[in-house]
Amino acid sequence: MSVNFLIHRAKEIQAVIDANASEIEKLDQEIGDGDHIFNVQRGIKLVIELEAVIKDLPMSKALNQIAMKVLSGIGGSSGALFGTLFMTMAKGNDIDNGVDYKKAIEIFADGVEAVKQRGKADVGEKTMMDVLIPVSNCLKKGVEDNKDVKEILKEAIEVAEKGMFSTKDLLATKGRASFLGERAKGHIDPGARSSQLMIKTVCESVLNS
Amino acid sequence: MKKFMNSADDFLKESLQGFGAAHQDIVNCHYDPNFITRATPTKEGKVALISGGGSGHEPMHGGLVGYGMLDAACPGFVFSSPTPDQMLAAAEKVDSGAGVLFIVKNYSGDVMNFQMAAEMMQGPNESVLTNDDVAVEDSSFTTGRRGVAATVVVEKIVGSLAEHGGSLQECKALGDKVNKNSGSMGVAFSSCTVPAAGKPNFDIGDDEMEFGVGIHGEPGRRRDKMKSAQEITNELLEAINEDLKPETNEEILLFVNGMGGTPLTELYLIFDNAKNMLDKKNIKISRSLVGNYCTSLEMQGASITLTKLDEELLKHWDSSVHTAAMRWGV
Repeated sequence: MSVNFLIHRAKEIQAVIDANASEIEKLDQEIGDGDHIFNVQRGIKLVIELEAVIKDLPMSKALNQIAMKVLSGIGGSSGALFGTLFMTMAKGNDIDNGVDYKKAIEIFADGVEAVKQRGKADVGEKTMMDVLIPVSNCLKKGVEDNKDVKEILKEAIEVAEKGMFSTKDLLATKGRASFLGERAKGHIDPGARSSQLMIKTVCESVLNS
Repeated sequence: MKKFMNSADDFLKESLQGFGAAHQDIVNCHYDPNFITRATPTKEGKVALISGGGSGHEPMHGGLVGYGMLDAACPGFVFSSPTPDQMLAAAEKVDSGAGVLFIVKNYSGDVMNFQMAAEMMQGPNESVLTNDDVAVEDSSFTTGRRGVAATVVVEKIVGSLAEHGGSLQECKALGDKVNKNSGSMGVAFSSCTVPAAGKPNFDIGDDEMEFGVGIHGEPGRRRDKMKSAQEITNELLEAINEDLKPETNEEILLFVNGMGGTPLTELYLIFDNAKNMLDKKNIKISRSLVGNYCTSLEMQGASITLTKLDEELLKHWDSSVHTAAMRWGV
């Protein structure tokens, strides 16, 4: 994984998120406050705009720049959570000397753990953690079991989708949807949907490369 | 969507510029990152009070910056939390060495962003988390009660203590106390439209109201058919009283807050109806506040806040204040 890799994936994610924007917005208007899609689109745009600044930087510095940009540029919960994800990934051990897929999975998993702490949300609370935590676990397990990287990524795509759909019948206990009580049931969490799309995009891109 | 705006992108900037220009005797607006400070520097040894939150709730918090209240406010995008770089820049500007007290409404985004700022900050700091909205059940399994209009009361009372030499710990303790002594609940008749979204946040029928609504139009306890003002007021007060349990003859502040789209005529009518009910229960309204302080853009609706007052709280409520939105004793 290189800085160039990050920039290219961000561009692909932008296309996918834009294509699904009205669906995500609708999900958020049903159980949130309708700002999630704007936050996500703004964040991705800001990261892509960083290209010239970060393309020649070592990985740790590039990730840190992304973290600060996301943190200050998005605002709301998304900014804090994605900022925490990248800030933690930037602290990964020895990442300036090359990041293979095992290392990438390791720092992603550390990042997800930090997001879990920041948002104080776990699996089953109808948030993006219902996608991120199972995906992180699946990736780690794949490495432990010495599975082929393509197999690991295919599994991650399936796990992400399953996690996203699982939010439909959950009661929300975190974030604004929690104020709805029973009324949130029957709706997919918009954050789970957007993060599932991001995971799928990155995994598919690697699989097809 | 009909709004006074030139473009959604410039909406916040132009509004801040106007606010800064209109009240240049009281505030200074700073941009990139956005924050509002008093026009005069914090006097040495005074604890600096910083609050913030999404825009769209004006005059909270920028209109509460000034003598006797906040030292700085950090406005986020409309209905979106401000970010740590704003709080850090504001803190650097207004910290006089006695420490910084962050006053934060209990919403996930605000809590996380203020937490990150507190972690990144070098100097001594504390936070008061307001969660006065009795509409939401509080439990360890949820995000918990929201911080709404009582935040204005917290900022007034703690602002006075800080102005009169209270230490960082004393200011935090008093903030927690005011929050604990307060309960709020709101009701919405109409939705509101975030400029960038261009369409209403939620749908609501002509004959419906959202009972227990949050300050971004988040759903409350239930969707009801419209009722008379006295019935609505009674129900709001019953919910607050059940939680706050004011005693007979206890002195309270009755704060009737408009959400942005309800005229003062109606807010005063609510005050009258609330007084009817509180009189019957022998609860003494010893201080009052009526107006649009913690708004939700153009939403039609109102909230009621009760704060139980003791001598200490009364003293700090009455002390002089000079901000764009609240001014007395000067």
